[in-house]
Amino acid sequence: MRTEQETTSAAVAEVSRHTLSVLVENKSGVLARVADLFARRGYNILSLAVAPTADDRFSRITIVVIAEQAVLSQIVKQLFKLINVVKIAELSPGNSVERELMLATVRATEQTRPEIMDIVGDYTAVVLAEGDNQITISVGGATAEIDQLEEALRVHGLVEIQRTGQIALPKIGAEVPILRASK
Amino acid sequence: MRLNGAQALIKSLELEGVEIIFGYPGGAILPVYDPIIDSSIRHILVRHEQGAGHMAEGYAHATGRPGVCMVTSGPAATNVVTALADAMLDSVPMVCITGQVAFAAIGTDAFQECDTTGITRSITKHNILVTKASDIPMAVKEAFHIATTGRPGPVLIDVPKNIVDAGNPDAYFEFEYPTEVDLPGYKPEIEPDQVQIAEAIKLMLEAERPVLYVGGGVLKARGSAALVELAELTAIPVVTTLMARGAFPDSHELCLGMPGMHGNYTAITAIQRSDLLIAMGSRFDDRVTGRVKDFAPDAKVIHVDIDPAEHGKVRVPEVPIAADSRLAMEAMIAELKANGAPAAFKDRSAWRQQISGWQEKYPLTYEQSTDGELLKPQYVIEQLSALNPPDTIVASGVGQHQMFGSQYWKFDHPYTWINSGGLGTMGFSIPAAIGAKAGMPDRTVWAIDGDGCFQMTAQELITAAVDKIPVKIALLNNSFLGMVQQWQDMFYEGRRSEVQMSYDLPDYVKWSEAMGCASRRVEDPNEVEAAIEWANSINDRPVVLEFRCVDSERVFPMVAAGGSNDEVYVDPSQQSTLDAEREAAK
Repeated sequence: MRTEQETTSAAVAEVSRHTLSVLVENKSGVLARVADLFARRGYNILSLAVAPTADDRFSRITIVVIAEQAVLSQIVKQLFKLINVVKIAELSPGNSVERELMLATVRATEQTRPEIMDIVGDYTAVVLAEGDNQITISVGGATAEIDQLEEALRVHGLVEIQRTGQIALPKIGAEVPILRASK
Repeated sequence: MRLNGAQALIKSLELEGVEIIFGYPGGAILPVYDPIIDSSIRHILVRHEQGAGHMAEGYAHATGRPGVCMVTSGPAATNVVTALADAMLDSVPMVCITGQVAFAAIGTDAFQECDTTGITRSITKHNILVTKASDIPMAVKEAFHIATTGRPGPVLIDVPKNIVDAGNPDAYFEFEYPTEVDLPGYKPEIEPDQVQIAEAIKLMLEAERPVLYVGGGVLKARGSAALVELAELTAIPVVTTLMARGAFPDSHELCLGMPGMHGNYTAITAIQRSDLLIAMGSRFDDRVTGRVKDFAPDAKVIHVDIDPAEHGKVRVPEVPIAADSRLAMEAMIAELKANGAPAAFKDRSAWRQQISGWQEKYPLTYEQSTDGELLKPQYVIEQLSALNPPDTIVASGVGQHQMFGSQYWKFDHPYTWINSGGLGTMGFSIPAAIGAKAGMPDRTVWAIDGDGCFQMTAQELITAAVDKIPVKIALLNNSFLGMVQQWQDMFYEGRRSEVQMSYDLPDYVKWSEAMGCASRRVEDPNEVEAAIEWANSINDRPVVLEFRCVDSERVFPMVAAGGSNDEVYVDPSQQSTLDAEREAAK
């Protein structure tokens, strides 16, 4: 018979990335409740981004987690037990549009600058500031693309970097799986 | 009606039907203590805030109504933390009100300031920091709604001093009590899904070795009558976990008693050999399952729990049913009858025989004291159970006495066993018993306590004496932290570390008398009955009976922590029979 431990070991290979779109009441302390839940139950967050929605009663938290299916199911159910969590949907590249913003300051000498500008062009990044042997660029894109850009810039020397974490919305007309919602 | 925040808070509690507040005043909560003087609510002044919390829990366990406690900010809030964590793990409906420093002072490290909502976030079902006086009625309404619906639990309301201050013009508003809550993220579902009920019924009709594994959720759902009906209709044997003792009568022929680490052999083994486990309001706690991968290896699982997060948390069920367990059982009964029950069940006479075989071979047992030996705790509890009315409420501390209490008291009524199951809070019994007695004044209430536990919360007996709450305490004094000693003897090669207390220090009889209790010491088995009758004849003050017990008794059966439930140690007098049986089965 199945037990959680066996399920876990059988599914080790299936650990994967999941994007949860969590609609919460726009009240003080809600983010702390969500963060606290992940910390105390030992769930891994890859990124978390939060902002108000068009309806000012609610905020949306986009959480990217790395988990196998049984753990993901627990994460969702435990999250939904928080009184202020209203709805949880799972977004995937197929059914959603995803974006992340990165700011990066890169070392750029006279010799390397053209090469860096080529990379910046390839990724439709924008130069925000330039200084002695450094430039700061901004890029928005899918997380995977930004990962690639970060790698490409790394060889030139990253001075500072800040990423927002992924945000996502369902594609227009797409059906996204609602994992939990208050009736 | 124009009220200030303090008046509004008390008025709101009155409108929620609160009859008792267990509490302790202090700086930040002072303004709320003024309107209490004019309120219909009885306030019981405790001697330590932890006691207020456990009294509220005991009250809730016994009455089914939410317990209410109120304390000030800072150290008072941190003192009540243990009770909140306890209520969280045992799903006890409770509302705790804490004072807080004035809103403008929050975050300044003010006198008696602590981050109460931060500290209690993970040990409450929900908590609310109120920032405006006019938000108080809704905060109270929400707190009671959340505490008592879905899976019950503790809710804390943190109240800054300025919004309850009668001298602050901004603390006044036109009071109106809301009729409903607006919680878009909280709409607990309690009705069972009929498709899942039908799936469950199919498994029940096919099962050859089914067991009903009943937890505290059945009590929370007021589901005892439905459980008896379901068990009788299906003739499925019932085990009741530590949190569910009394949910099904021990005297019922289908009752197998308690499973788990110190459960009886039959309850543990019936689960292990079962082909269908019907988990009803139980949560596959590690104390019940032992090593999870070896738990009930051949069983399919139907798991009824009002909290869907319990499904698959430990064991993945074949049929998860997220519903109130009473409603689920009623739906099962109707569906079973529609599907030809009881005639449609498989012949399970072999299973019944196997179970009665275990019951005959491995009953709970102990040896009575020899001449001159001190008392056996099991004997004391058997006598207490026999000499008290069957609806007596029993509260317990944590340790050996708790396990003996659960094993040897005969529970035939729901809501008669109150203990700290999940958190395992030593010192729980005295305040919990006081809370229970305050809520159920016509019932006999006993606390079973150990000498370690007694010293943690004994001061609440002063509360009981002053407030005329005549609880009775059976203090099983074995001069040791018995359960720790047992583990050191069994798993640490007998190296006893920091477990010895003393029979004589303190002098429990003198101490009890000093706290306003009647008290007597009992050392001889022949004196036990007379002492209990003496205690039961006193009803104007608390009574403490100090039962001097042998210092070496161990709780059996036992499954070692993390061990498999197939490796039960039974009483030493039965172990060789069991070993021989296991050898033959190989």
